[in-house]
Amino acid sequence: MPETEVKATISKSTGLPRKRFYRARAHSNPLSDSHFPVPISPSQFDYSLHYPQIFPSSDQVDGSRKVQFADIGCGFGGLLISLSTLFPETLMIGMELRDKVTEYVKERILSLRVTNPGQYQNVSVVRTNSMKYIPNYFEKTQLTKMFFLFPDPHFKEKNHRRRVISPFLLDEYAYVLKPGGVIYTITDVEELGDWMKSCLENHPMFEALTEKELEADPVVKLLSSATEEGQKVARNGGQTFQAVCRRIVPSDQTS
Amino acid sequence: MEEAEVEVESNRDNVEVAPALIAVHPDQTSVAVAVGPDLRVFDLLSGSAASLVDECGAPFHKDSIRAIRYGPRGKLFVSAGDDKTVKIWSTESWRCVCTVSSEKRVSAVAISEDGCHVCFADKFGVVWVVDVPGSDGHVALGDRKPTPLLSHYCSIIPSLEFSPDGRFIVSADRDFKIRVTNFPKKPLNGAHEIQSFCLAHTEFVSCLAFVCSPECPQGLLVSGSGDSTVRLWDISSGVLLDTCVVAAKAGLLESNGEAEEHSHAVTDLCTTLNGSLIAVAIQSLQGIVLLSCDVSAQTLSVSKVVSILGEAFVPTSLGFCPHEGKLWMVTGVSSLPSCNYPSLARVRVISGIDVEQEPVVVGDDKIPGREKLLETLQGSASVDESAFLAAAEAVKTAMCNLLIKKQYPSDNRESRKKTRNDRKLKN
Repeated sequence: MPETEVKATISKSTGLPRKRFYRARAHSNPLSDSHFPVPISPSQFDYSLHYPQIFPSSDQVDGSRKVQFADIGCGFGGLLISLSTLFPETLMIGMELRDKVTEYVKERILSLRVTNPGQYQNVSVVRTNSMKYIPNYFEKTQLTKMFFLFPDPHFKEKNHRRRVISPFLLDEYAYVLKPGGVIYTITDVEELGDWMKSCLENHPMFEALTEKELEADPVVKLLSSATEEGQKVARNGGQTFQAVCRRIVPSDQTS
Repeated sequence: MEEAEVEVESNRDNVEVAPALIAVHPDQTSVAVAVGPDLRVFDLLSGSAASLVDECGAPFHKDSIRAIRYGPRGKLFVSAGDDKTVKIWSTESWRCVCTVSSEKRVSAVAISEDGCHVCFADKFGVVWVVDVPGSDGHVALGDRKPTPLLSHYCSIIPSLEFSPDGRFIVSADRDFKIRVTNFPKKPLNGAHEIQSFCLAHTEFVSCLAFVCSPECPQGLLVSGSGDSTVRLWDISSGVLLDTCVVAAKAGLLESNGEAEEHSHAVTDLCTTLNGSLIAVAIQSLQGIVLLSCDVSAQTLSVSKVVSILGEAFVPTSLGFCPHEGKLWMVTGVSSLPSCNYPSLARVRVISGIDVEQEPVVVGDDKIPGREKLLETLQGSASVDESAFLAAAEAVKTAMCNLLIKKQYPSDNRESRKKTRNDRKLKN
C-alpha cells in the first residue's frame, strides 16, 4: 500500500487509536513459537512498566498489590476498559497473541489515561501466548477473576486441542486462581459453549455458579455487552452461551 | 528472556539422530543400552546377554528408542520412543508383558515408586498414564490403553520424574518450565492439582533427578538445562535454592568468556549414593562433572571434574548403581549419515564415586561383565574411535533442533506468508 501521506493512527478528535490501522485476522496460530519477551517467573513481571502511576519505580514494587483480573484473549480491550472503572482498586491485565491488536489496546489505554486523569491506571495489556506462559505471569492462587470472551472456536476436531479452554489448561487456570475465584466464559458458537461448559463442570477444581449468584454478579452482564464481539453478536441478533464457574478446593485434597 | 533474531541454519540435518541411552538395574543385576531401535541388555548375574522375548518379534522397536528406565523396585523395565510404542518388560524373564500405543512419539518415561503406574510423555506435551497391576511382571498384560494425566501445552517434555515419596510427578519442558503436580490416588482420572512451577531456567530443561537424604526424605529436585546450569529446587513451593553454572565451573568456556551458543547444554544428570554427589553430563565435555549437594544448606557446588582420557568420549546418558558405587556411561548415536556404521555405542564405567574416594575411570578389562558385556552393549568389543567425535556433534545438533525454538529472520517474513490463504486473495 503506497503511503502518499502520513496516516494519523490516533484520531485527532477523540485521542483514541483508529481501529482500521490495527486490523488483524481474527485468528492467530497458538502453536507458533513467536518471539516476544516473557518473564522468567512471576517475580520478574514488571509492574512499574504496566502501572507506572501506581508503581513509579521498580523499587516500589513490594509484592503487596498484584494483578487480580486477567482477560485472556482480550481483543480490542472492551471488557478491560469497562472493568477498570467498575473495579478501580483492582489491578488487571489483558493478554493477547496478535501484536497489532495488542498495540491498539496499549494506545487505547494510554490515551484514556491522558483524557481521564487518575483513571485507567489499573489496567494494562501484554502480548503473549497465554496457553504456554500463564505460570510465568501469575503466582499460585494470585487471580480472583479470569475471562475468556469469545475464544477462537477451532471448529475442526483435530484442532480442538488448540482451544483455550481444555481439561489440561484448566489445571493451570485452577493453579493461578484463588479458591473462590471465578472463571467467566462466553461464546456465540453453541458447540464451543457446550464444550467449555462440560470441560469446566467435569474438572474437579471448578463448580458452576448458581443462577442466584450469576444474577448478583455485576460482571456477568458485561460478558455479552462490553466487547466488540459481544456487540456484534447482539447487532446480528445472535445467541450467546456462557459458563461461569468458581475455583474450589476438592474435598480429597489438602491445599 | 529476550527476543533475538538469529540466522536459521540452512543445513539442518534432515536425519534425526537419537543419542544412545543407558540404564542400570538398582541392584546391578543387569545393564541396558538403547541405540536407535536396538535394545541391548546384559545380565550381569549370568554373565551373558539377556534374550528379550516379545510377541511382536524382533525388532522390538521399529524406530529410535528415546527413553529407557528400570522401575524403582527393579521388577519392571520400560522402553519407548519414536515408533510410538511403550514396552513394559519383566526384568526376571525379559518378556515384554505389555505394549502401549501412543498417538505421538514418546520422549520420556517414568515409573511410580510402587511400580503400579507407568507414565510417558509424548512430543506434543501430553503425559499419559497406564496402570500395571500385579506389577511383579509375571502376568502378561497384553496391550493397554493409556489415559491422559496432564499436559504442557505444545512443548516437548524431555524428562519426567516421580518424587521419592511418590506424592508428586515432575515434568520438565522445552519452554524452560518445570511443573510439579500432585500424583493422585486415582491417576487414571488425571492429575489436576498443580503443586508448583519451578521457573528460572533460561533454556530447555533436559533432565531431572532427586537428591534424598535422611534429613530430607521428601527430596530436593535437581534439574539440568540447555542454559548450562544445574539448579536445586524445593518442589513444594517451587522455590529455587541454588544454581550451579556447570559449564563455566568445569572450565569449558573459552578464555574470552564467550561460548558458542547452546554448545554446553546439560544433557543428563544422575544422583549417586544417598544423593550427596550428582554426576552431570554436558555437551562437549569429554567426561563428567561431579556436583556435591549439601542438603541442609541447600546448596550445590562442583566437587570434581572427571575426564575420560585416551578417547573422545562425551557421554550421552548416565546410570548409577548404588550398591557398587559405579557410574555407568554410554556415548553413541543411532545413525551417522556419513559413516559406515548404522549405529555407534561405547560404554565406560567410573568407580569410586564417593566423597572419600577418588573416582577412577575403569579400564575395559576391569569392567563388570568384561568383554562379553562390551560386545553385547556396544555391538562389538572394540570400536572405531574416530567416529565418536562426529557422533557427539550429531547428537548436539539433533538436541538443538529438537529442543531449541527455531528463530526465523524477520526480513523474509512476508515471503514466508505467501502461501497463506488470506495473502493469496489480495490483488
